[in-house]
Amino acid sequence: MSVAEHHKVTLSNAVIRFAGDSGDGMQLTGDRFTSQTAMVGNDLATLPDFPAEIRAPAGTLAGVSSFQLHFSEKDIHTPGDAPDVLVAMNPAALMKHLGALKAGGTIIANSDAFTERNLHKAGYESNPLEDGSLTDYQLHVVKLTDLTLRALEERIQAGELNKKEAERCKNMLALGLVSWMFHRPVDDTEAWLRQKFAAKPVLAEANITALRAGWNYGNTTEAFVYSYEVPAAKLPSGRYRNITGNQALTYGLVAASVRSGLPLFCGSYPITPASDILQELSKQKHFGVSTFQAEDEIAAIGSVIGAAFGGALAVTASSGPGIALKSEAMGLAMITELPLIVIDVMRGGPSTGLPTKTEQSDLLQVIFGRNGEAPIPVVAASSPANCFDTALEAARIALTYRTPVVLLSDGYLANSAEPWRLPTADSLPDLTEAFAFTTEPNGPDGTYLPYLRDEQTLARPWAVPGTPGLEHRVGGIEKEDDTGHISYDAANHDRWTRLRHARLQRIAEGLAPLAVEDPDGDAEVLVVGWGSTEGPIRAACQQLRDKGHPVARVHIRHVAPLPPDLPDIMRRYRTVVCPENNMGQLAMLLRAQTLIDVKAFNRVSGLPFASADLVAAIEAFASEEVPA
Amino acid sequence: MTEAQAKLTKKDFTSDREVRWCPGCGDYAILASVQTMLAESGARPESTVFISGIGCSSRFPYYMDTYGFHSIHGRAPTLATGLAITRPDLDIWVVTGDGDGLSIGGNHLIHALRRNVNLTILLFNNEIYGLTKGQYSPTSPLGAVHKTTPMGSIDRPVNPVSLALGAEATFVARSIDNDRKHLTETLMAAHEHPGASFVEIYQNCNVFNDGAFDALRTPAQRDDNQIRLREGEPITFGRNGEHAVVALDDGSMQIVPTGEAGERIVVHDPRRDEPTTAFALSRLAHNPTGPTPIGIFRQVKRPVYDVLVREQIASAKAQRGEGDLDDLLNSGNVWDVF
Repeated sequence: MSVAEHHKVTLSNAVIRFAGDSGDGMQLTGDRFTSQTAMVGNDLATLPDFPAEIRAPAGTLAGVSSFQLHFSEKDIHTPGDAPDVLVAMNPAALMKHLGALKAGGTIIANSDAFTERNLHKAGYESNPLEDGSLTDYQLHVVKLTDLTLRALEERIQAGELNKKEAERCKNMLALGLVSWMFHRPVDDTEAWLRQKFAAKPVLAEANITALRAGWNYGNTTEAFVYSYEVPAAKLPSGRYRNITGNQALTYGLVAASVRSGLPLFCGSYPITPASDILQELSKQKHFGVSTFQAEDEIAAIGSVIGAAFGGALAVTASSGPGIALKSEAMGLAMITELPLIVIDVMRGGPSTGLPTKTEQSDLLQVIFGRNGEAPIPVVAASSPANCFDTALEAARIALTYRTPVVLLSDGYLANSAEPWRLPTADSLPDLTEAFAFTTEPNGPDGTYLPYLRDEQTLARPWAVPGTPGLEHRVGGIEKEDDTGHISYDAANHDRWTRLRHARLQRIAEGLAPLAVEDPDGDAEVLVVGWGSTEGPIRAACQQLRDKGHPVARVHIRHVAPLPPDLPDIMRRYRTVVCPENNMGQLAMLLRAQTLIDVKAFNRVSGLPFASADLVAAIEAFASEEVPA
Repeated sequence: MTEAQAKLTKKDFTSDREVRWCPGCGDYAILASVQTMLAESGARPESTVFISGIGCSSRFPYYMDTYGFHSIHGRAPTLATGLAITRPDLDIWVVTGDGDGLSIGGNHLIHALRRNVNLTILLFNNEIYGLTKGQYSPTSPLGAVHKTTPMGSIDRPVNPVSLALGAEATFVARSIDNDRKHLTETLMAAHEHPGASFVEIYQNCNVFNDGAFDALRTPAQRDDNQIRLREGEPITFGRNGEHAVVALDDGSMQIVPTGEAGERIVVHDPRRDEPTTAFALSRLAHNPTGPTPIGIFRQVKRPVYDVLVREQIASAKAQRGEGDLDDLLNSGNVWDVF
């Protein structure tokens, strides 16, 4: 077979979606393609989407797992709305994802999986690969399974692996083909496979053979006329790596421990999509990190309160259902004024909800979801890499103000990846300035007053057990000024309730002014966002500006307390739009605190916003008549 | 011994807070025993931490001039676990009750015990909810008539010692609030034990459940009913040692007249690694209204959880060197943009 003639097309960006059965290895295929893409120097964003079941019934719609990657020569902020290329490993994958594909987009379908049985399971009456229903797309029918088996025939005959093991390499064949199509080098993946299968070199070589066979198939077959190149992005100079949100949180916590000089303690209970954090931290013991897999969510935060009392940098990581269980203990941490971090990697709710999907619907839960007046500061990460900085910021607030801090991430940030320009350890905030353990009596006659507050921060002193002369008791019962003794006095309770709110306001007063993105300064519409919606909002605002609609945006990291300059910024605009992946929780707070008629745009589809939807919504709000 | 570390007294462990348990409550005697015992044991107030949950017993930390944490209902063992893992230098006590430790916090108690976290756990059992004013508790006997069981409890009670043994606790004992000598000895042994030690203390609630432990507490009855467990000694009891505990073929134990027991009398061995015999002993009495074992049921050595945590950290540092943040950030695939 001679090398077929191909035309190389240069693209500014591309979106690829790999979709298949949960057992087809789509997440792994996507991860590898992402890594290869990073090495080429593209900016990128990913969106893994998988079912909650570990192995849903094969061939069904419920069992489809997908991984989308957006890569570009430009700075990008979202995993892309509609894919240009859909790799469908079976009929269910095609059925589920065809609707998202761009008009005229490319489909690479594994025809070996389009059996009558699989077609039936996916709900097809006839085979779409043959019935002409896909004529509007660039359809490439590839016998991926058969090609894989043929590529590995010799190895099967030599007894190196059986047919079933060989078939499992078909995702690597698909990866090889798409890698050829987009000029992504596969050396990195070959090295990775050798490392992953170090204990079973036979499987490593089989996968590499399939990977190369996929590449060669693209190169030699005449079916693929075009191949595509996406030139490297002009990212700021520096050293980069890809990072997911959960990984970035882990590194941020370790960094906070190093930069504060406090040992890190993580007590958690496994829960999707937060489990990675405990898993990753358990690998960092050489940093002095101690991890504790507790018997339940309550024990997890209990252990963290105990560790904070003892002087550790203490953190617990969970998701909505776990946060609900922790809420009483979060109130205890608040009233005992101990520094600790509670991470909520939000997932679709309510109740068990959609464990593997993303949502922003725990905002009001973490701000208000406790008995009594129990204000706790809340910070929200806005991108996978931003999770690192947000972990450091949570630690700064916790240590400076002696308070529990909630850090919000979500299922999208947790699992998606983006290139991260690596900071050096020395450039990170010095957290030793945020606190000092009290070692000397601070009251009259050599007594210790555990609630004698710092005038500026209103933080109480932090004297840890083991310090002679400062023995004291803390607890959940209302306390007397300074001494912290139990007090049921009515006036005292009123004063303390106000004090705890005032402490939160001190945090707000210490925040840097918000950065408003309003390039031409002539916008009348302001988009206010928080958390993981930053990428889609940023992309949508840019698209609107490109269409000639001036629009400004501001993104909030500190959701409680809100930045003090936010109300004035909002008042500068005719229309304020607040898009959220919930039913309007921040919008409700903004309305309550500013009396501005904030327009809410809400989607709870379990997926991040498509920027096209945001563009349409913002345009619609912008064109609304404003009552005189 | 420096001046500062001169011998301490009970007073050094007594806070300036007024004790607010009901007059006549068994908690006073327990508090005094703990304060005296700590002074005698050479403990330091600054290195001692009392952590409690919610309930009458859980007010305990306020009366100790040590570090203290009055937490939330049932969760004291969880705070204590986090503190023990991160602060091996401290001497950590958990004070709980039958409602706090066996009902709302039952889960945490089981797990702290089976992990063998270095804690001394005191469970004040008064068979009643006192602070909420008199509802039946998970140790109240069947048929007990209280505010929420006007027709008698139909809720089969838990035997705290059996539960602790079932969790394979490494130190399990039972004592009585008004037996100062026995309580102090038991507390001493629990305190010295490496790992989790569990002490059930029968505590009379004279307001809501007075007399629940009379069989074991009153001079008139106690000699007939206290089965004193002494290591290495045959288990007999009664004013003249007229009753004996014997082992049956099915693994259970029974009380028989000493004269009939012969060689079947059980010789108490709390150091036995297998908890089965201790468990059988704990089943001799389900409610302390008759002959009931008092003393140390089990006392065995097992690796201590928080020690193991620190060993893993030390071993990771030895293998990989002290963590370097720049190395961590640069791990994995990195590339340079110029």
